[in-house]
Amino acid sequence: MSMRKLKSVLAAGALTGILACGAATSAQAEDLTLCWAAWDPANALVSLSKDYEAKSGNKMHFEFVPWPNFADRMLNELNSGGKLCDLMIGDSQWIGGAAENKLYIKLNDFFDKEGIKMSDFIPATVTGYSEWPKGSPNYWALPAFGDVVGWSYRKDWFSRPELKAEFKTKYGRDLAVPKTFAELKDIAAFFQGRKIDGKTVYGAAIYTERGSEGITMGAMDVLYSFGFEYDNPKKPYELEGFVNSAKSVKGLEFYKQLYDCCVPPGSSDAYMSQNIDAYKSGQVALQMNFAFTWPGINADPNIGGEKSGYFPNPAGPDGKQFAQLGGQGISVVAASTKQKAALEYIKWFAQPEVQAKWWQMGGYSALRAVVEDPGFAKSQPYAQTFLDSMAIVKDFWAEPAYASLLQASQKRFHNYVVAGNGTAKEALDGLVSDWKDIFEDEGKY
Amino acid sequence: MLDTSIDRAARATPPAVARRIRGLSDRAIAWIFVAPSIFLLLAVNIFPLIWTIRLSFTNFRVNRPNAEVEFVGLKNYISVLTNGDIWLTMQATAHFLIATLVLQVLIGFSLAYLINKKFRGNDLWTTIIVLPMMLSPAVVGNFWTFLYQPQIGLFNYAVGFLTGTDPSSFSMIGDASLAPWAIVIVDTWMWTPFVMLICLAGLRSIPNSIYEAAECDRASKWRQFWTITIPMVLPFLMLAILFRGIENFKMFDLVVQLTGGGPGSITELTSINLKREAFEKWRTGYASAYAVILFVTVFGLASIYVKALNKVKQR
Repeated sequence: MSMRKLKSVLAAGALTGILACGAATSAQAEDLTLCWAAWDPANALVSLSKDYEAKSGNKMHFEFVPWPNFADRMLNELNSGGKLCDLMIGDSQWIGGAAENKLYIKLNDFFDKEGIKMSDFIPATVTGYSEWPKGSPNYWALPAFGDVVGWSYRKDWFSRPELKAEFKTKYGRDLAVPKTFAELKDIAAFFQGRKIDGKTVYGAAIYTERGSEGITMGAMDVLYSFGFEYDNPKKPYELEGFVNSAKSVKGLEFYKQLYDCCVPPGSSDAYMSQNIDAYKSGQVALQMNFAFTWPGINADPNIGGEKSGYFPNPAGPDGKQFAQLGGQGISVVAASTKQKAALEYIKWFAQPEVQAKWWQMGGYSALRAVVEDPGFAKSQPYAQTFLDSMAIVKDFWAEPAYASLLQASQKRFHNYVVAGNGTAKEALDGLVSDWKDIFEDEGKY
Repeated sequence: MLDTSIDRAARATPPAVARRIRGLSDRAIAWIFVAPSIFLLLAVNIFPLIWTIRLSFTNFRVNRPNAEVEFVGLKNYISVLTNGDIWLTMQATAHFLIATLVLQVLIGFSLAYLINKKFRGNDLWTTIIVLPMMLSPAVVGNFWTFLYQPQIGLFNYAVGFLTGTDPSSFSMIGDASLAPWAIVIVDTWMWTPFVMLICLAGLRSIPNSIYEAAECDRASKWRQFWTITIPMVLPFLMLAILFRGIENFKMFDLVVQLTGGGPGSITELTSINLKREAFEKWRTGYASAYAVILFVTVFGLASIYVKALNKVKQR
C-alpha cells in the first residue's frame, strides 16, 4: 500500500471513528435532572457535576427547593409519578415510604455489578440513608451527604480573660467547650443578655421551628442523650415507657429550660437559616445546627476562622452521648425514563476521587476512604467534630408513615416547649398516644 | 320615502346569525358559546367536588399508589367529627373569624364614614388606606414577621415607646397569649380597607334628599345616623361581612407565613390543619371527608346568611 493510499485509509478510518463516536455520544447523551434542597451543598454539587458532564456528555439539570418546602414539593413529585427528577437526594426519613411504594429503584444489583460496596461508607449513613427495612441489606440510595446536628461556638468570646475569670468565679470551672448538657446550659445562661463590645448578646440558638421538622430535630438531639428511645429495642413499636420514660421527660424539660433561659428574643420559630443568621450576626455564643453550616461559618469574614469553634453534642446526665442524624442519600427515581444514565451518575459519584473532591468543595462525603484518610481530621477546623458526631448518631423514624409521626412530635414539642402548655410528661404521653394511633393504622399491632 | 334613522338602524342590523349558519338555531349557537365555560366549570369545580366526595368514603392515600383502596363508609366522617384536635382548630378559626369581623366592620365603617365627608386630600387618603389590600398575603405575612420581631421590629418598638415596656420583652408571634391577636391585627390591617370600600359605596348610594327631609323634620344628626345611615348601609355591611367571613374561614397563607400555626397549635386554623392532613400526612380519604365537612359548613352558613341579607334588602 502506497503512503498516499495508507493516509487515505487512515483518514477515512479516523473520520468514521469520529462520526461513530459522535453518533454514540449523541445516542447516549441524556439530560438528567437531579432534585435536592436549595442550600450551599447543592451549589457545590453543581460545580462538582461539571466534571461528570465533561466526561459523560450528559447534561445535568438541577431542581432545588428551599428546605421548608422541600418535603412537600418533592414528595408530591414522587407520589404523583412525576418525571421531573431522574435523581433524588431525598431526606433520610423518606426511605421507608419510597422503598415500600416503589418510588425509588432498588440498587443492590447495580451495586453488585459495579463493585460498589456499602461497607466502604460510614455505617451510620448506610443505615440512615440507604437501607430499608433498617438493618437489612436492601439498598435504595447511595450515601451522598453525611450530616449531623452539632454545635458551633464563639471561640473568641470564650477566650476573653475577663469573661473567663467571671465564669470561673461563678461556676467554679473554666469557660470551655461543654462536656455535658448541664454545662452547656450554664454557658448559655452566662452569655444571655450580656453586653459584649457594646452589643447585647444571647446564649444559644436552638431549633424551635413548628411547620416542618425543626423542633423535633432539636428536641430529639437533646433527648437521645438523656435516655430517650423510640421503642423497646427488644419489641419494635412498643412505645410506652420508652418514648415517655422518666429520662425522656427530663430531657424534654431540659430543652424547655434551655428555650426559656437562653435563646434570643423572638426565637419561637427558628430552624437552620434563622440559627445561622443569629450566629453570623454575632447575637449568640452557641449555635445548634447541622454540620453543613460549618464550612460557611468557617469562611465568614466576621465570625469565621479562629473566632469560631465546633463541638459535638455533649453528654446527658448518665454520660450517654448521641446526636441527631441529618444528611441524605442519592436515589434513582422509579418514574424516570432515564434510569440507565441516572445510575451512571451514581457510579461516577461513588468514585473515591470524586468523593474526595466533594469533601474539598464543601460536601460531607460519607465514604470511609475520605473520612478515614489520616489527613482528614486536620483538613478543616470542623472535620474532627464531624467525625466525632457521625460516630454517635441516631435518627427519627423512617417508616412510610414518618410524616404523620413527625407532625405529631412537632405539635407536642412545640406546644410544650414554646407555647408552654402542660408538662413534659403530658407532652410525651400525648406523643405515645398519637404514635400508637398511627402505628395501629399502619397495622403494626 | 323618507330615510329615517330607524330605517337606517334596521338596515345596519345583521340578520339572525342562525340564518347565516344553516341548520343551527339561535339557541344552539348560544350553547356553542356557553359550552366552553360550562365545560371548564365542570372540569375545575364540579368534577373535583364529586371526586372528593367519592374519596371521602375510602381509605385512599395518594402516597401509596400500590395499596388497595377500600370503601370505609362513614368512618372518615366520624373520625373527623370526633377528633378533639379538629375541634380545637375549629375554635381557633371561630375566634379568628369573630375578632377580625368585629374589628374590620367597626374600623372599616368608621373610616368610610370619615372618608365620605368632603375634605381636602380625600382621594389621596382613600388611596393610601386601600394600599394594604393590594399586597400579596404572603408578602404581608413575611414583612409583619419582621415588624413583630422583638429586637428589631417596628411594632414592638412602637408598643415599647408608647407603654414604656422593653420591646424585646415580648414576642407577638412566639407568645401563646399574644399570637392569636398577632394574626388578627395583620388581617385587620390588610382587609379593613376592603370593608371600608364597600361601606363607602353604601354611604354614597344614600340620596342627599333623605337627609334634607330629615333636616326639615329637625331630626338630630344622631337620629339621622341611626334611622337613615345605618339601615341603608346595612345590606352593604352584611355583604362585606359575608365576603370577609368566607375568606377568613379558609384563611391559610397569611397565618402560615406569620406563625405556621404555632405556638403549639394555638393559631392552627382549619385550612392549615386540613393541608397538613392532606399534603403532609397524605391521608387523602380522611382529608377529603374533612374538606367536605368544611364545605358543607361554609355553604350552609353562607346560604342562611344570604337569605337574611335578602330580607334586609327587601325591608
